[in-house]
Amino acid sequence: MNDTTNILAVGVGGQGILLATDILAEVALAEGLDVKKSEIHGMAQRGGIVTSHVSFGRKVYSPLIRRGGAHLVLAFEEMEALRAFAFLNAGGKMIVNTQRIIPPVVSSGLAEYPSNIMSRLKATSRTIVDMDALKMAIELGNPRLVSTILLGGLSLFLNFDQKAWEEKIKEGVPRRTAALNVDAFREGRRLLNGYRIH
Amino acid sequence: MRRLLSGNEAFARGAYESGVRVTTAYPGTPSTEIAETISTEYPDIYVEWSTNEKVAFDVAFGASWAGARAIVAMKQYGVNVASDSLLRSPYIGVGGGFVIINSEDVGMFSSGSEQDYRYYGKLTLIPVLNPSDSQEAKDYVGVALQISEDYNTPVMLRSTTRLSHCKGVVQCHERVEKEPIGFPDDGRFRGIANPPALQRHYQLIERFHRLSSFAEHTELNRIEWGDKKVGIISSGFPYQYARMVMPSASFLKLGMIHPLPVRLIQDFASEVEMLVVVEELEPFLEEHIRSLGLNVVGKEIIPRVGELSIEILEESLSKVIPEIKSSNAKEIQGVSIDTKDLIPRTSTMCAGCPHRGAMYTLNKLDLIATGDIGCYAFGIHAPWSALDTVVCMGASIGNALGIENAQRTMIDKSMTLPVVAVIGDSTFIHAGIPELVNAVYNKGTITVLILDNSTTGTTGLQDHAGTGVTLVKEETKALDIERLCRAVGIERVNQVDSFDLELLEETLKEALLADELSVIISNRPCALLPQAEKHPAVLVDETCTGCKLCNALNCPSLMFDLTQTAVEGNEKKSWKAHIDPITCVGCSLCVQVCPVGAIRAPQ
Ligand SMILES: Cc1ncc(C[n+]2csc(CCOP(=O)(O)OP(=O)(O)O)c2C)c(N)n1
Ligand code: SF4
Ligand code: SF4
Repeated sequence: MNDTTNILAVGVGGQGILLATDILAEVALAEGLDVKKSEIHGMAQRGGIVTSHVSFGRKVYSPLIRRGGAHLVLAFEEMEALRAFAFLNAGGKMIVNTQRIIPPVVSSGLAEYPSNIMSRLKATSRTIVDMDALKMAIELGNPRLVSTILLGGLSLFLNFDQKAWEEKIKEGVPRRTAALNVDAFREGRRLLNGYRIH
Repeated sequence: MRRLLSGNEAFARGAYESGVRVTTAYPGTPSTEIAETISTEYPDIYVEWSTNEKVAFDVAFGASWAGARAIVAMKQYGVNVASDSLLRSPYIGVGGGFVIINSEDVGMFSSGSEQDYRYYGKLTLIPVLNPSDSQEAKDYVGVALQISEDYNTPVMLRSTTRLSHCKGVVQCHERVEKEPIGFPDDGRFRGIANPPALQRHYQLIERFHRLSSFAEHTELNRIEWGDKKVGIISSGFPYQYARMVMPSASFLKLGMIHPLPVRLIQDFASEVEMLVVVEELEPFLEEHIRSLGLNVVGKEIIPRVGELSIEILEESLSKVIPEIKSSNAKEIQGVSIDTKDLIPRTSTMCAGCPHRGAMYTLNKLDLIATGDIGCYAFGIHAPWSALDTVVCMGASIGNALGIENAQRTMIDKSMTLPVVAVIGDSTFIHAGIPELVNAVYNKGTITVLILDNSTTGTTGLQDHAGTGVTLVKEETKALDIERLCRAVGIERVNQVDSFDLELLEETLKEALLADELSVIISNRPCALLPQAEKHPAVLVDETCTGCKLCNALNCPSLMFDLTQTAVEGNEKKSWKAHIDPITCVGCSLCVQVCPVGAIRAPQ
């Protein structure tokens, strides 16, 4: 059980989280590991919270990550990063896409979006890495590239072969966007290059 | 070949490898991807969306009689719909192996209730298998088909949301064909004719005894010896949690949960000091085990509501096993972070959803609206609060008629209101048609609002008998809902554009006053379909007064910002509408709602 790596991806429906964790799980499988992945799909896709759990190692039983059990959290959105913080384990690291998706209760003036999220996260003793993946995705021409850019960042924290990543990205995304997604992945790696820590 | 498959994809793979020829289903989360995977990956198998689960059951059962291996898949509610056929089926018997896959929404992620459908096994005397990961999901399909053929009985495979949607590694094999022998001419499926029904019941019980001895020896049930201080009996996904929480305990893992292997359970119990049953929902296994006179720990510590998890199980087991620390104790040590201001995210209808205008209008008018099952069921929530009830597929029309009839008997008419039933196209075809015919036959004057968005939206855009396309994307006849309504005797049938609020309101008002049954069909496609019209995002100008009337539409693309404005030299903050240019599809509803004309389409 101790050789298992637990990765939690969180964000909001429509951000491409499930596609990203599908690719991650396929890469782990290609590396010869046992893999499990769990999420709930359904109504959550319409603006609700999406969480996807991926565990890999020699033998994985439950793919559900407990609070305090994630080695890595990949947060697609700031408030969801804050919500998922409790899942990080003692040495846990978190990659946060500094994008904010404002829920309707806020836009109709009934609640306020939490402020200073990044500084709150960084004030903890955990490794918190931020990425502006949305900005980069728009520069690359398509906001949907956010998820592969984030995978690029995530890949620096895992010991998987870059070729395996690119292979699985090509298989996982719509064929005509394959090359663009591989570029986005490489850009994501470049963006976080300074943070290489295993 | 090793592949990463969800439980549902694994069921589909199992069907493929075991030579299944016919699969039927009606969509329902968490079961939908079983038939969808077959339709895209395994063209060797005939697969259809049936109009509802009973129809699906009947089609697959028929295929089995003709000797084909057949599978019918559904969510738990579907089992209720199919139950008339299901309860008769063990009396009649099978030809080719016949398996019902029932995926239960334990945890109610996409359902309004959770019950324990394992009891259908007791009700029907049908064997029930319960896999615990994707590999078993695939393998058990073949085992279930074999049991079905060996024992001449339908077999139920039980999944849950977690198993159906969780992905795991599966070892895949080639397909082994099973050539159907054809429909037999010996009359064996004549049901009550020969042998007579009472005798068939005796046979059923005798078969059940044989299945009970099978349960004792099958590899589906296995003991994994560990430390004998604690022995855990578990099955399905909860087995995985139990394995994580008590890695060194002894386990009796049950792959077949009905009938139960009595002797195996007794043998296991006799070797361990404390016996614990880990199962979700009702004490289904526990009650049976207790009835054997065994002492077990179960539902007095393990919750009966919702899914289990590692944390919940630790918390429960820590009450009887001191070595287990409850997860609270293990929580993020030494780090504090303020999360009190987190706000929830609730899902809502998509931007450009054709149901939005109907919910807005229903909320505006004085009426009672009985709702049905679909994306429009969001209409029970604020700010629409448009629907007064939501029960189950098709119920809206009967419920409306009942309210109308009760009101007819009331002396004080000031307490009555016109009644509207609100139902989607897929739901209408699934269960609404007999309800509509009933309302016509019994002289109802209710209004039926059919929200025809040309798809089954909630479950992820599946075709149905009204769309003109089959599950395998072949063209077919499309049911014409308007002509159907006219054919059953309704004269007042109107089609309205879902995005024309004025027309919708006028048509609805006239229908409410009419002394006859009226049908209104709103006809724009679901916003997620490729044929849905997309226009450039609308714009808000400075004349917006911040009245927030457009908020009643509850569109996710429409937001309010507190903006600084200078009014005659005085600085003040006021609300201003603001539209997200990326997600707005320009449906124009907010343009129609704004009282000062501050929102308009770009020139
Ligand atoms: C008996 C049963 N089968 C399946 C489901 C799953 N389910 C929920 S809503 C829905 C259909 C919705 O389609 P439609 O009425 O066309 O409304 P839409 O979601 O497109 O707005 C289905 C199949 C269910 N709740 N009950
Ligand atoms: S999926 Fe279609 S029907 Fe459902 S909320 Fe979205 S637009 Fe409306
Ligand atoms: S036009 Fe208005 S109501 Fe329609 S999608 Fe855009 S913001 Fe929403």
